[in-house]
Amino acid sequence: MNDRVMKSYRFREERQDDWTRLDQIVTRAEKRGVRALSDEEMTALPALYRQAVSSLSMARSISLDQNVLAYLETLCARAYFFVYGTRVSIGRRIAQYFRRDWPASVSAALWPTVLAALCLFGGAALAFFLCMQDMEWYWTFHQGWDSRNPDASVEHLRETLYTEDTDIADMLAAFAAQLFSHNSGIAIFAFALGFCFGMPTAILLIYNGVYLGSFYAVFWDKGLGFELTGWLLIHGVTELFAIVLAGAAGFMIGGAVAFPGTKSRMQSMRDAGNEAALVIIGAVLMLFIAALLEGFGRQLINSDVTRYVIAVSTLAFWLAYFYWPRQRPEETR
Amino acid sequence: MARPSITKKGGPDAASGDARREAIRRRELRLKEQARQARRVRSLITPEGAALNLKIATASERAGAFLLDFALQIMAIIASVWIIALAFSSMGFEGWVIAGSVSAVVVFLLRNFYFIFFEIGRKAATPGKRALGLRVAARNGGRLTANAVLARNFMRELEVFLPLSLLLMTAEDEVSGWIRLLGIAWTGVFVLFPLFNRDKLRVGDLIAGTIVIHAPRTKLKQDITSPTPFSRGSTYQFTEAELDTYGIHELHVLEDVLRQSTKEIKARVAERIRGKIGREKGEGEDDVAFLEAYYAALRARLEQKMLFGERKVDKFDTGN
Repeated sequence: MNDRVMKSYRFREERQDDWTRLDQIVTRAEKRGVRALSDEEMTALPALYRQAVSSLSMARSISLDQNVLAYLETLCARAYFFVYGTRVSIGRRIAQYFRRDWPASVSAALWPTVLAALCLFGGAALAFFLCMQDMEWYWTFHQGWDSRNPDASVEHLRETLYTEDTDIADMLAAFAAQLFSHNSGIAIFAFALGFCFGMPTAILLIYNGVYLGSFYAVFWDKGLGFELTGWLLIHGVTELFAIVLAGAAGFMIGGAVAFPGTKSRMQSMRDAGNEAALVIIGAVLMLFIAALLEGFGRQLINSDVTRYVIAVSTLAFWLAYFYWPRQRPEETR
Repeated sequence: MARPSITKKGGPDAASGDARREAIRRRELRLKEQARQARRVRSLITPEGAALNLKIATASERAGAFLLDFALQIMAIIASVWIIALAFSSMGFEGWVIAGSVSAVVVFLLRNFYFIFFEIGRKAATPGKRALGLRVAARNGGRLTANAVLARNFMRELEVFLPLSLLLMTAEDEVSGWIRLLGIAWTGVFVLFPLFNRDKLRVGDLIAGTIVIHAPRTKLKQDITSPTPFSRGSTYQFTEAELDTYGIHELHVLEDVLRQSTKEIKARVAERIRGKIGREKGEGEDDVAFLEAYYAALRARLEQKMLFGERKVDKFDTGN
């Protein structure tokens, strides 16, 4: 063999066409998805990928051309992420989420959900009974700016529950305000703070419950309990359920950190985090629906009975959707 | 790696001693930088058994990408609010109320789904990340699942929006001022978290099991050499001693010079090399041709040595 010929040059010359071919395929796939690839390209891909990977190992030991090495390094990484990457289209992923993943993740998190519900409603019950005994407690939990306080008249309180004349602008404004309300903030933070052993989550839930319970006591005290329940629950079923589920997601992570079992703490947290993410995105969707119900439903419907009917049917819907036993279709990811 | 052996000490000409000390100092800095870069590399063993070297994105790259995304989001919000306001302003006051509400929905969607939408996509990167050559990957080398993307982005609420809202919060009295300060210190832990771990993970990455890597696209450029570099440029024949003057680092610098520098710099480098190996510039000799020939010869020589298991790292590396 002629030793005047550079080995690394020959090496590159022989393989270069395959590299650029792989590069083209991967670039096209990154831009327009797997569907943009022809059958021919799909069959060529695995071989081209393996060849590029072996070229890379070889280049590391025989070539000193920086550009070739850097090129192969990134080409292989991109091809690797594509070949071993996820294949499910975003549409199918979303469909699968509603069909299977969401209810499955919620029903799997039954105990954290119960715990979160206990925190929220326990806090509410505590504040409610405290306030019923002595209304002064109300001022411990609330600032003075809300006009719906123990000093308000029955007529004023009743007025706040019903809307006389509504137009689309008011409804939209109420809807938008709800999106950024205190409660949706609480829900997200209940999840995000879960990894501190779930403690901040519990505190947030109890605090929110206390807020709710003392507010409820004001109306109950004035004999408006029935009307308020309708006003609250038309969207509150969905909203409170969302908060409870967000709290449950926080507890899942907190529990995984506190009691990792046989896994490493990191691994345990990672697994729980991936499960809890399914619950929390669902909770965000529920908050969105709650905002719709509050913005439009509550403004349009002023009859107590209809409000109760909607509240009960949303509750039945969510319970059936989440907990109704169902068959597991085959796994696709 | 061989330490540089300092043979000349003081000596008759102090100027060259100084230059040498300076060169050695620079070399040490370079080696330190190399070691720092090497610490960023995580090798991922593919199922084929080959190692891919993935580079962890630095904290500053991540911050840059985030600021870009944040700016994009704000621009999108301003543009959409403007369009919405224009569309509804003909309706008078009520139109403005509606416009405000519709924009609130836009803000809600952007805030919750901007990052998720782009990171679930095929490039696993938001526009800001893409601009800086970053992408999200699963830490264990497996596939990046949608769940992981969701988890890592909902934590953003804690890492970005909570500190932001604390900063914007006004303190009415001393007590709430202290509470605010405590809150800022506490959320500061989350904000600065990526600076204090080896993999530059933020809390969201920790929970989701993801990592952000730096993998910019590189173009394959023309090889500088030809298959038979020595037959054509027969005017240039280098002896072994001439080629042993430099090592791999200098070869790479020469590659960069040949690929991307100006004519003047090339001429200066050629002059430098001629001086070092003790050659006179021939009549009408082309600098670029000389450099290319020297590059080819040097690379052939170093690659040859590498095949025998001998890596000459740089010109100070004498192999002992």
